[in-house]
This record gives sequence, structure tokens and C-alpha cells, in this order.
Amino acid sequence: MSFKNILNNWSQYRRGREEGGFHNYEHKWGMAIDLNKCIGCNACAVACYAENNLPVVGPERFSKHQAMHWMRIERYWDEPQLGHLLPVSDYQEKGASFLPMNCQQCMAATCEPVCPVAATYHTPDGLNAQVYNRCIGSRYCSNNCPYRLRYFNFWSYYDVSWPAPLHMQLNPDLSVRDKGVMEKCTFCVQRIRVAKDKAKMENRKVHDFDFQTACQQTCPTTAILFGDLMDPDSKVSKLWEAYEVRLNEVEIDKPEYEKENPELRGYRVLEDLNTDPKIMFLDRVREV
Amino acid sequence: METKDINEQIKWAQINKDVLSSLVNPRPAYWVAVGVCLLLLSCAVVAEIYQYNTGIGTADLDWPQMWGLYIATFIFWIGMSHSGTLLSAILHIIHADWRKPIYRFAEAMTTFSLMTAGLFPVIHLGRLWNMYWVLPYASDRGAWPNFRSPLVWDAFAIFTYLTSSALFLFIGMIPDLAICRDNAKGWRKKLYTFLSMGWEGTDRQWRNFRKTYLLMACFLIPLAVSVHSIVSSDFAMSIMPGWHVTTFPPYFVAGALYSGCAAIITLFIILRYFFRFEEYMTIPILEKTCKLTFVIAMAWTYLLFAEFVTAWYGDDIPSKEVLIDKFTGHYAPYFITMVFFGSVMPFTLAFEKLRRHIPTMFVVSLLLNVGMWLERWMIVSPTLSFSYQPVAWSVLWPSIVQWAIVFGSFGWFGLLFLVFVKIFPSVSMYEVKEMVYHRRRAIEGDQAVAMHRRSSDPQPATEMPGA
Repeated sequence: MSFKNILNNWSQYRRGREEGGFHNYEHKWGMAIDLNKCIGCNACAVACYAENNLPVVGPERFSKHQAMHWMRIERYWDEPQLGHLLPVSDYQEKGASFLPMNCQQCMAATCEPVCPVAATYHTPDGLNAQVYNRCIGSRYCSNNCPYRLRYFNFWSYYDVSWPAPLHMQLNPDLSVRDKGVMEKCTFCVQRIRVAKDKAKMENRKVHDFDFQTACQQTCPTTAILFGDLMDPDSKVSKLWEAYEVRLNEVEIDKPEYEKENPELRGYRVLEDLNTDPKIMFLDRVREV
Repeated sequence: METKDINEQIKWAQINKDVLSSLVNPRPAYWVAVGVCLLLLSCAVVAEIYQYNTGIGTADLDWPQMWGLYIATFIFWIGMSHSGTLLSAILHIIHADWRKPIYRFAEAMTTFSLMTAGLFPVIHLGRLWNMYWVLPYASDRGAWPNFRSPLVWDAFAIFTYLTSSALFLFIGMIPDLAICRDNAKGWRKKLYTFLSMGWEGTDRQWRNFRKTYLLMACFLIPLAVSVHSIVSSDFAMSIMPGWHVTTFPPYFVAGALYSGCAAIITLFIILRYFFRFEEYMTIPILEKTCKLTFVIAMAWTYLLFAEFVTAWYGDDIPSKEVLIDKFTGHYAPYFITMVFFGSVMPFTLAFEKLRRHIPTMFVVSLLLNVGMWLERWMIVSPTLSFSYQPVAWSVLWPSIVQWAIVFGSFGWFGLLFLVFVKIFPSVSMYEVKEMVYHRRRAIEGDQAVAMHRRSSDPQPATEMPGA
């Protein structure tokens, strides 16, 4: 085998696999969150607490930033027109813009390569999975998550968070995590599993109307939409298509007419880091 | 003014006697130091037990400040381990013979600081009882570590370096252990007999010894460079602003040699006092170490500056924000202190009067290491506190548990080191003899050669019949 041969084969190999990594995905579960609809009510966060057995850490630990909210509502205020000359209260009048952030389930997740024990990896569902039993708590994944969407069990919570009879409300479909384990939004993987199993029993493909994630189910304004990005008929992939947001494509690489079109409100957070997140946000439009 | 590295008229028996006496009667201050180290260590053990049982939350780590002092101190100790190799391997290869009286304790420092450093990744783990999962062992579940993770590279690098440096320390000590064996009684006799591995000082043994030692030295140099490069890749491989810096590997290596050399100065002064080594650890040798430290400090300063410049003129706005925040934000007092101790303080080493003044050098070397410890903290924490997502901007002062473990690590290191120098000769007797011999030969010429010839040695050519 000559050197030239190796080079040729290599370039052919690369040509077929420009994205790199795993390719035989069955699904690519994704989201679209319309910020025009989001009213910042935090219902999604509460639903997540109920669905995913998230511990309530109490005010003291919350103020120490040790809370476990997989879904969090970030608030941003518009910059005042006159810079810092205006008092803060004046530009808060319009109210905040809300940004609900849960794990972005990046296709090129930065948390995955750094885990020393491969406790976080990509499933064939296109999900960024966290294996609690494998996690040793090095916390490198959280440090390397640009969105800071990974939460660590700094304490043992199960005896303080759910005193009897509250432990009866725990969701039996997934575990309660003990201290020293990293966790994050799973896109309600337990619901995905049930829906997939059911679809398999009925010998059909799983559809996005088979199930909802807890946050989507609870959102009073239906701001959150969840579905399979690989299924061209799903609502989510249609919405992504309508707003010209595509996986493997960074916003700055888009053609000029797409960038300048105000109708195309779709964007992904910190897209230019090339993490390829699977949650599209639709920008909020506000009166000037 | 003392100008000679070593008194070349010193007798062989005197060297043996001086060094061997260090094994039995140190100054009382030695026992005070042992006590302090034990105290610090016991605080850390209590803190660690508490943290183990209660959770990492006791350390007041938070989201996003996930690493804090543990990883900073880990880098610090890894860095400390580099100068031992510098002194014993690099200076051995370039034939700088002034290293000979001081390389043994520097090498011990390498091994023990690695043993200290290795504890920190374990201590900081959320579930440290599962720490062995980082190693590639045969598991019936077929579970392997993630070879893409810099933390796994860390584990390999540290274990390799620890094994090699411990072996290097041991091999270099064999001839001295034989001397100890010949002069010891009781349990020490048994220990030294076992460890000296039947050393008799025959020509064949010396030849093999020299070869092995040189080979180990050559093996250790690339290893030392790679270890801290790999530690730096914990940060450089990540995507975070202020960590994702290409110059980190050389910057870390320079910082490592820097803090290690400063620690050598500290321990030099301490040992010189504890064991009355004034004859061997002389002022000119201290001065040479100081000069070396100064050069490395300047290299480090340059690389620090390069890091600022690349961030400042780069296109990455978050990196720039982190840099600005280091200078002006919450971490500014520590950061400015670090730059002062790291870059300005070493200029005291440029003055001969100060270099020769032992109390000054003791304080300066300690401050240099305070600066270097701060540097590691300033690498880890500001990036964690101020990264991309503004929601996750937070600063949290480390709790008493973290501080206890950090200070306890100094106790642990100090205890290992103090026990070592009490049991093993901390000045290399055979190499000091070599050094003295070479110095003597330079002055006295053939007379010195004749004086040290053994009856069994081959006769020199000049004395051959007919010559």
C-alpha cells in the first residue's frame, strides 16, 4: 500500500464523513421554543421537578447555586436606549425577555469527550445521555458545557427533599440520584422509551404526537415543541425547515439573504461554538 | 565571601560521617516541623472524612464553580514535581556538577509532590470510591475509560511519572544505601541491606549503574515535559474562554519548573539548617539555583504575557472578558498579587547580595510559590466563574473544608519528605565525593589521581615499564 494510496483512501473516507462521529441515528429528538409565546411562568421548570425526581434543595443551598433545576428560565433585559444614563427601573418597564434553557442535547456535545469514564455519550436516539451509575463525579462535563446546563448532586438529597409521605410522589420510571453524580435534562427519556416500546408493539414508527416531554405538556402557551428532527413530517422539523435552521450549519455560514430576513427568527444558543445544539429558539419580537 | 561550590579538601570519611549523622541527630526544629505537618495532615484527614460522608457540597463548591481549589492545588503539586527532574536529569546530562549535593532531596521532592498531587483528583471526585474506573482494567462488563478525556491522560501521565521518578530516586540512591548499610545497626541495617541490593562497588556494578542512571535520566526528561503538558490539556482541550489557550502546555511547564525551583530553594535552606549541611549545601550552590530560578521566572513571565496578548488581540470576546475580569473584577486582588509575586518578586534574585542572604531567600522563595499557587487558582476559578452564559456567573469563597485539605496537603508532603530525609541520606555521598574529586584534580592534578587510586585499579600508562 503506497503512501499515495493511503492519502487517497483517507480523503475518500473523509469525504463520506464530513461531520465525524456516530452516524446511524434512529432519531434526532429536538425542540423548538418560541420566545414570543414564553411568558416566563416557570411552569416548565416545576413540571420538570415533578417528572424527573429533582430534589428541592432549600433556600440556603439555592442561594449557594447548588440547585438542581434541569429547566431554568433565564431573564434578560433590553439595553436602555441611552446607555447607562437611564436608571435601571426605566428600562425594566418593558419586562424581561425569557430564555428557557434545558440541556441543548448538542450533536457535537463538548461534555462528551471530556468525561473520563464515558458516563455521558450519544445514544442512537441522538440524545446526549448521562449514565448515573457510571458517573464518578469529576464534574469536567459541567465545566466544559458552555451553557452550564449540567447540575451536580453536591449533597445527598433523598432524605431531606422528600420526607414521608412526599416520597410517594416520586416518579417510579426513573431513579433518584445520590450525592456525587452529575445530572441534566434527558428530554424525558423515560417517556421516549415508553413511546418507542409502545410503537414497537404496534409495529409502527414512533411519532412525535405519541408523547410529550413534561415541560412541553405543562407549557400554558405551547411555546415548547418537541419532536424528531429526522422525521420530515414532524412539527419540529417542519418548523426548523421553515426558519431555515439546520443541524450542522452555523448561523454565520448562512447566505446573506437568510441572515437579513427578519422573518427568520430561528437561532440556536452559542451556535458559533459549533456544538450543534438541537434546540431552536424563535427570537422574541418586541415593539421598539 | 564564600565562592567555592564545595571545599575540595574535605575527606571522604568526613563526608560519610556528616551525611550519616543527618540520619540520627537533626536539630530540634526538625521535630517541630514534623509536629506541624502532622497537625496539618490530621486537619485534612478530618475534613476529607467529613466531605466523603456528606458530599462535595461541604467544600462550598457550587454550580458553576465546580473545581475550585482542589484542581488548582493539584496543578500546583504536579508543577512542584518538575524541578527534581530538572536538577537530577537535565543537569546530569549537561554535566553541571553543582547539582550533586542538592539533587537527592529535589528528586525526593518530585516523588512526594506527585504523591500529593495524585490525591487531589481523587479527593475532588463526587464518588471517589469509584475512582479506579478511570484506569483501563479488564472488566467483565467491557467498560473502558474514555480515552478521549484529558483526565484519563492525566491518570496515565501521573502514574508513569510517579513510577519512573520513584525508580530513578531509588536507583540513584543504591551506592549511598550501601554506605548506610555498612554503618547501620538494628532495623536500619535490615532495611538498608534489603534496599542496597547487594551493592559492593565493583567496577561491573558501577558500569551498569552509570548506564542505567543515564538511561533513566534520558527517559525522564520527555516524561516530565509531557506530564505537565497533559495537565495543561485539561484546560487547553476544553472550549471555555480563558482555558482554550494554545500556549498552555509550555506555559504550564515553565510555571512548573518555576515553582519547583523556588521550592528547592526553600527546602535547601530548611535542610541546611535541620541537618547542619553548611559544608555541602553551600551559598554558591544556592546562588546558582537562584540564577536558574530567575531565568525560568523570566521565561514564565514571557509566556504569561503571551497568554494575555493572544487573548487581547484575538477574536474571542468571552476570552477577552475573562482576561479583563481577571485584572479588574472579583479576582483582581489575587490576580495582581500573583503577577507581582510571579513576575516582579523574582528580580530580587538578580542581586548578588540578596541571593547570598539566606533569610531573604527563604522568604522570597516562599512568596514565589505563593504566587505560583495563586496562578493555578487564577487559571481554574475565573473561567469557571465567568464563562459564556451570564446566568452562570458566580463567585464563591472556598469553605473551610477546602482550605483544610489544601493546607493538609502541605502537611502530607512535608511529612513524607521529613520522614524520607531522616531515613535516607538527603545528600548524595558518592556524587559529592565525585564532585570533590574533580575539584581537587583541577587544583592538584596527578597528585589527586594518585591519592584516590585503589590497589586493584589498573596502573596508568605512564608507569608502564619502558615508558
